[in-house]
Amino acid sequence: MIYFIEQCLNGVQLGMLLFLLAAGLTLIFGIMDLVNLAHGSLYMLGAYFAASLVAWTDSFLLGVPLALAATLVVGMAVEVIAMRRLYGRDHLDHVLGTFGLILFFNELVRLIWGPAGMTLFLPAWLNVAVPLLPGLAYPLYRVVIIMVTILVALFLYALVMRTRLGMLIRAGASNREMVGALGINIKLLYTFVFGLGAALAGFAGLMQAPILTVQIGMGENILIVAFVVIVIGGIGSIRGAFIASLFVGMVDTIGRAFFPDLLRLVLSKEAAATAAPALSSMLIYLLMAAVLVLRPEGLFPAANR
Amino acid sequence: MTPMVNARNVVVAALLAFLLLLPVYTGVTGNTFLLTLFTRILILALAATSLNLILGYGGMVSFGHAAYLGIGGYAIGILAAEGITSGFIQWPVALVTSALVALIIGLFCLRTRGVYFIMITLAFAQMIYYVAAGLARYGGDDGLTIYRRSQFDGLNLSNKPTFYYLCLVLLLAAIYLVWRLVNSRFGMVIQGARSNERRMQSIGFPTFRYRLTCFVIAGTMCGLAGALLANHTDFVSPAMMYWTRSGDLIVMVVLGGMSSTFGPLIGAVALLVLEEVLSGFTEYWQIILGPLLLLVVLFARRGIDGLLAGVAFARAPKPDSLDAKVPRG
Amino acid sequence: MTQFPALFRRHLIPVAMAGTLALAAGPAAAQQKTIKIGFVSTFSGPTAVIGNDMRNSFELALDHLGRKMGGLPVEAIYEDDQQKPEVGKQKTDKLIESDKVDFIVGYIWSNVLLASLKSAVDSKTFLITSNAGPSQLAGELCSPYVFSTSWQNDQTPQAMGLYMNQKGVKTAFLIGPNYAAGKDMLAGVASTFKGQVIGQELTKWPDQLDFSAELSKARAAKPDAIFVFYPGAAGVQFLTQYAQAGLKGQIPLYTAFTIDETTLPRQKDLALGVPGAQQWVNDLPNEQNKKFVADYIKKHPGARPSFYGAQSYDAANLVNSAVVAVKGDTSKKDEMRREMEKANFKSVRGNFKYGKNHMPIQNFYLQDVVKDAEGNFVLKTVATIVQNDQDRFHDKCPMK
Repeated sequence: MIYFIEQCLNGVQLGMLLFLLAAGLTLIFGIMDLVNLAHGSLYMLGAYFAASLVAWTDSFLLGVPLALAATLVVGMAVEVIAMRRLYGRDHLDHVLGTFGLILFFNELVRLIWGPAGMTLFLPAWLNVAVPLLPGLAYPLYRVVIIMVTILVALFLYALVMRTRLGMLIRAGASNREMVGALGINIKLLYTFVFGLGAALAGFAGLMQAPILTVQIGMGENILIVAFVVIVIGGIGSIRGAFIASLFVGMVDTIGRAFFPDLLRLVLSKEAAATAAPALSSMLIYLLMAAVLVLRPEGLFPAANR
Repeated sequence: MTPMVNARNVVVAALLAFLLLLPVYTGVTGNTFLLTLFTRILILALAATSLNLILGYGGMVSFGHAAYLGIGGYAIGILAAEGITSGFIQWPVALVTSALVALIIGLFCLRTRGVYFIMITLAFAQMIYYVAAGLARYGGDDGLTIYRRSQFDGLNLSNKPTFYYLCLVLLLAAIYLVWRLVNSRFGMVIQGARSNERRMQSIGFPTFRYRLTCFVIAGTMCGLAGALLANHTDFVSPAMMYWTRSGDLIVMVVLGGMSSTFGPLIGAVALLVLEEVLSGFTEYWQIILGPLLLLVVLFARRGIDGLLAGVAFARAPKPDSLDAKVPRG
Repeated sequence: MTQFPALFRRHLIPVAMAGTLALAAGPAAAQQKTIKIGFVSTFSGPTAVIGNDMRNSFELALDHLGRKMGGLPVEAIYEDDQQKPEVGKQKTDKLIESDKVDFIVGYIWSNVLLASLKSAVDSKTFLITSNAGPSQLAGELCSPYVFSTSWQNDQTPQAMGLYMNQKGVKTAFLIGPNYAAGKDMLAGVASTFKGQVIGQELTKWPDQLDFSAELSKARAAKPDAIFVFYPGAAGVQFLTQYAQAGLKGQIPLYTAFTIDETTLPRQKDLALGVPGAQQWVNDLPNEQNKKFVADYIKKHPGARPSFYGAQSYDAANLVNSAVVAVKGDTSKKDEMRREMEKANFKSVRGNFKYGKNHMPIQNFYLQDVVKDAEGNFVLKTVATIVQNDQDRFHDKCPMK
């Protein structure tokens, strides 16, 4: 039972990380109609910036906001230099162009930081386990991830629902031509939205860095999962992204945790150990295929697409 | 009318002549690495040609085409691991399996359009990738070594020049097949469906059936490329099917020139030769390739073929009809 | 990392592309014969630290040899396998076909080695594995062209299993990565451990660096001890999470290949008191080893060589012994093989013999982590667990 609760918590934590990525992706897709494969590269940059800046300032609390700022700046620069020219073109052009950006960023990171990858060390006060329940000592850092991302989600909600800027974002998602015709500086709005998405992606990257990895190409795997999330949730919908991320995070984690045991009833231990992670990874794609066939706009589509 | 002797035709002719005579050259100089490199290029050009059929002409942006490379490859690998090395059994199995999988995937995916089509083809390809990674008996993630190539009476696939010419013949046959298909009534329907499906339907064509057939043909052709690739590398692994490999194929098609006969071949040659040449200069060559891709997308949308034919700045054929935003076709 | 001849060859391609079939300039024999050794290892990603250690040690060995073998200059070509079997295979093929190397050395990972094996054996190129030792290589896939300067994967955990018996461990929980070596390791422990294995978990490799699920399962099973195998950065992650989960001090940990000089600087006091087994520790008292360790520390201040490096150092000397025996004529493959089978060189682990499957028959020592006088964490030999241990697969090898 304790084990199950622990896995649920892990699932929520993974879901929250996915949400950070998916939120940015869905905003960019919903508002600028841009398929951005390079989103994973911004995730990677966030992690690398954090690793370097935390080491340089010798302080976790100082390095993290600096890394966020750096990713925001890079994101906006990428938007101005490259993305602007892709608006209005077909999605194939986006796919190709941003695929090229993935290659570029991977090599750039290799050039600057070297091929070996980096480590981001947690400060000692974060590197402990807290007894959430009798018998369950859960790492504090993971609790922090969950709390912080919930705060980010609330912030995003407030931003989109309660501010003028958010109103512009929602309007742009529904009908961008109209927003432009009303005299709003669409270019600036787009740059800001892209920057926000980049910062969110970078934040996800740096948050997972101490427990997972900081290495070249780390964006590729999770990018696909993020796309699956936004398709399931509904393109352009942050609420959809939130619910879908939690859903996908839970399915993936619980699947990976319990599927091997289920399989072991039928297969040999070795075969189960090989087949289980593969099959549980398949689950989320099956989910996406089902959603696409049954309800292609997603589970919680943004209104009036 | 473009004249017969133009830049593009000259380049294609020279390329074909080069490809034909390459084994002679490598036989004399002993540079077997060049032969290996170009065999690989020919196989990937075959895969790109099959993708061009659905992507370039049909407007179906499949981000899961590399899955068929894997299916064809694993058919060979699994049969070889079980002791069945006769090519007369292996290759038909590879082709039939690819066709069946393409049929099933097509039935699901072709109901969607635009970015949803991209995503769902990607999803299916990843699923197949994970199935292969889960096959403990056949190596899983570690891959599977193929100890004996496909055995055909009278044809020794382990002989490098023989295998090279086999690949060349199959590639040229495929290019011819695609050309015939595209220039037939079938091809007209496909291309018509790409630019305006509703109109085609109102004329009375069952476009879904046509597009599905096209999809299956492309998948089968790519499965053949997979079988060749397995024989070439004596090794199959799930990595053959990872989504970034599908991306590589799309790059080849677009770089070479979508909806052009020899575009995929040009694209494959250009990309792989560029890779070899650039990596000789610097190990960070992808820093050049990445932005280059972006530039091609922005300024040379018809690819190298387009550049050669002098239409660099023309708008590319739109891969999707005007109602691309509507999820159901 | 000179690649000049390859560079020259590659530039032929654009020339050929223009349609000119002018024959290439001059036969290759115009350049002086060099001994070319290809080195396949991981130089990117979190395990690059291992590849770098191997490269540093191999380079040191070449330096000690005066960068000549049998009077001929030596060229080492390093290729990165990115920890992926298909990439390792590709690089192996390139080294054989394009660079036309005389020997291939390296291979950290068993799955990379297994994928690349056929290319080397088919082309009759000598392959010296200086780390990976999958059971198949010691058994049915053994080849006259493949030698090992490391061990067979099962041997080290087997030694640890024996030690666990000595310590009176009755029940054990095993955790390791799900690939060729991981499976070998867990099988190795299980084969000598006399107690009961009450649980076993294989994790996805190399992606899964989050072991919280497996640690929970281990904790729930309440074993006397946990055995773990996680090479490289994963070893750091495991020990960190082990401590984070509150298991340190509660359930003792026994390891193989999880704590070594590449991971120790980051594991620090998490590794104190955690035993491991190995066929080489840096304080082994023979002359060659003292020179190796001392010169390594001098050339790379702040670093110490690991067993990965020691094995690569030995590989260079093994190759040298063969080249010297044929006086530089690398076409005499049978003679070179006979020489290498004698293991006629000064190994840093002390002298050893080869079994008929070209796997070393050697001692295994118990290593422990201590703090030295300067406060650094170092590994120390505590005892010899087993002497002249031979792998248990040699009967499956068809060679004589």
